Amino acid sequence: MSQQADSSLRDPTGPLVLGTTVGLRTKDLLGIGDLSSEEILLILDTAEAMKEVGTRPIKKVPALRGRTVVNLFFEPSTRTRMSFEIAEKRLSADTLNMTASGLSVVKGETLVDTVRNLGAMAPDLIIVRHASAGAGHVVARLCSAGVINAGDGMHEHPTQALLDALTIRQHKGRFDGLKVSIIGDLLHSRVFRSNLLLLQKLGADVCACAPTTLMLSGMNRFGVRSTTSVDEAVDGADVIMLLRIQLERMRGHFIPSLREYFQRFGMTTDRLRLAKPDVIIMHPGPLNRGVEIASEVADGPYSVILEQVANGVAVRMAVLYLLAGGHQG
Amino acid sequence: MSLHSILLKGGWVIDPVNGIDGEADILLEDGHVTQLGPELKVRPGTPVVEVPQGCVLCPGFIDMRVHLSEPGYEHKETVSTGLAAAAAGGFTAVASMPNTEPVNDDAGITGLVLARAAEAELVRVHPVGAVTRGLAGERLAELGELREAGCVAVSNGVRSVADANLMRRVLEYASMCGMAVIDHCEDVLLTQDGVANDGFQAAALGLRGMPSAAEDIFVERDVTLSGMTGAPLHIAHLSTRGALEAVRSGKARDFPVSCEVTPHHLTLTDDRLDGYDTNYKVNPPLREQQDVEALLQGLQDGTIDCIASDHEPHHYDEKLVEFDRAPFGIAGLETVVSICLDRLIHPGYLSLTRLVELLAINPARILGVVGGSLGVGSPADITVLAPDLPVTVNAGEFRSLARNTPFDGWALRGGVAASIVGGRTVYANSSVDGAVEFETVTSDQQ
Repeated sequence: MSQQADSSLRDPTGPLVLGTTVGLRTKDLLGIGDLSSEEILLILDTAEAMKEVGTRPIKKVPALRGRTVVNLFFEPSTRTRMSFEIAEKRLSADTLNMTASGLSVVKGETLVDTVRNLGAMAPDLIIVRHASAGAGHVVARLCSAGVINAGDGMHEHPTQALLDALTIRQHKGRFDGLKVSIIGDLLHSRVFRSNLLLLQKLGADVCACAPTTLMLSGMNRFGVRSTTSVDEAVDGADVIMLLRIQLERMRGHFIPSLREYFQRFGMTTDRLRLAKPDVIIMHPGPLNRGVEIASEVADGPYSVILEQVANGVAVRMAVLYLLAGGHQG
Repeated sequence: MSLHSILLKGGWVIDPVNGIDGEADILLEDGHVTQLGPELKVRPGTPVVEVPQGCVLCPGFIDMRVHLSEPGYEHKETVSTGLAAAAAGGFTAVASMPNTEPVNDDAGITGLVLARAAEAELVRVHPVGAVTRGLAGERLAELGELREAGCVAVSNGVRSVADANLMRRVLEYASMCGMAVIDHCEDVLLTQDGVANDGFQAAALGLRGMPSAAEDIFVERDVTLSGMTGAPLHIAHLSTRGALEAVRSGKARDFPVSCEVTPHHLTLTDDRLDGYDTNYKVNPPLREQQDVEALLQGLQDGTIDCIASDHEPHHYDEKLVEFDRAPFGIAGLETVVSICLDRLIHPGYLSLTRLVELLAINPARILGVVGGSLGVGSPADITVLAPDLPVTVNAGEFRSLARNTPFDGWALRGGVAASIVGGRTVYANSSVDGAVEFETVTSDQQ
């Protein structure tokens, strides 16, 4: 069972003293789908404590000292990988980065063999990003290390949703009844799926907006309001989350052009007038300026995009700490 | 002249073609049925097999869709191992699909498959030839030659013929050669790189979807072409309620169409994909509960003609990858009978008589081969069922080389007691009390 975050984490003067067993129910974080709302809140509370570490001159606590953490990134990523790496190092873990070009995947080694070989070297935690949905499940089944899903195809990106939730909580203080509109390429987005699950578990009122071609199949069975009208999505919104539109979507006949997408769905200051006066604008990055978001909005007073990035390190520290069992080495 | 003979005594026989559903003896002589009826009187000294209590004797089951994978994919399955699996599965004949490497689009490959089958001395093989050269969907294969070489039907394998005009000519030409066209229906432009049924489950799991419409559209197209040409068309592994409706509509207009379903499409739905187990990855994909219910209805009202395994073996390594990358397929030969008995017969959806139609009579008719009957003169191809045998599916003990099944560990009621081909027992189930008796049924015995 999850417990209250250890209050000693909040002591700014000393190392983190971890006497209690604080953790999540399973050894892995593969998706928000596997977390209870209590566990989500535990992670957010722990992340709040971890934020403080980032304000110290020596940004390090010994919580994961002696632990081996491997970042296994089959898909390219700068932002997420750096965020995890900084988080791991702040917890004093020994980190290794394995990226697609460095892996023997290019020599034809399968995911299964890559993981088995890695597992034989007994890492404590493996952070996996892969283009295939369910890749994290494969890794988790094959080795006893704890697995954190850093993005598996279109399925989930749980730490992104958690850092988004932390950001929302910092500004709004609550989730219950909050109107959160998510606008963009929903169909291909793991960020959407993870955020939808998390926000629904915490009682937010989610509105999903996209062109019909980029909606999920069986959208109504997800229990979420959906609309193709961006004005309807913006109207009265407390939080607006924008998702990237990739260039490939034109080739797949999903949208005729980026220009038309911006005209019909792009977030501009003008469109925002229907939102609540204290609306916050979020984006998981990287931005396509002038496609899903106008620069004036990305850089404007409502944007909390850079805070999301900062929160990413804290949230990932929290997840690493909780999965590693919170024991001092 | 002494003919090798053997009497199968005291079993329950279901032989709908000859109106038999009751206790009867069967006399086999020299690989054929020579007498069938209650309390047969035979020459003294005739070997007698006491059929074990509770066993049911049926005309030998014919699996209309099996990928024997030889030549070319012997790491997945060979003719010999595939036929051993078929025998254990209660089948006395299988129709083998042409998507081998090289493709079965010429007499040489047909001959190879038949030769391998003859060497195996197990279950009969009815080769299905390719409709187009190399299964490339561009040019007609020499269907006449394939017929001469021993093919009983032709098929497009696991890909549809996209060109409707070519499909029309395929139907016409195959019909002229006396062969039905067995059709995998899929609009690949709609399914693209999909890996699961396009619906809520795939959306939640982040898996690319294959819409039902992709199957429906091509079934509708091909049913229409069958009506237009009057050429016999058999829809393979039908999985959607829309496709079933199209077949029903074609039959109502007296089009020469038939269709089959697989046991997995009758028992599994796409919610099984949670966990990303590649043993559930199959084409057509597992659909939704409404589809399963429609298929059950179709079995009952006669719209569906056959049940076939669509046995598609893969090497263990090939399925041990990410869901996206795994090949489609279920190695189903050894679970068809138990699934049908446990999920269709015992719950009362179908009678055993109907099951014999689906697994023997109709396949024989559609393929144009001898079978489906135990009447006097019929080949002694008999499937002996043990309808109450407790069976736990154990993929590790499959006679197939392949282990890719979603049914591993399932506890089912009903199984195969023995399989007899041409008067020779090719499989006897040691778990069935008394089935060892069947091992005396060999054509070498004096």
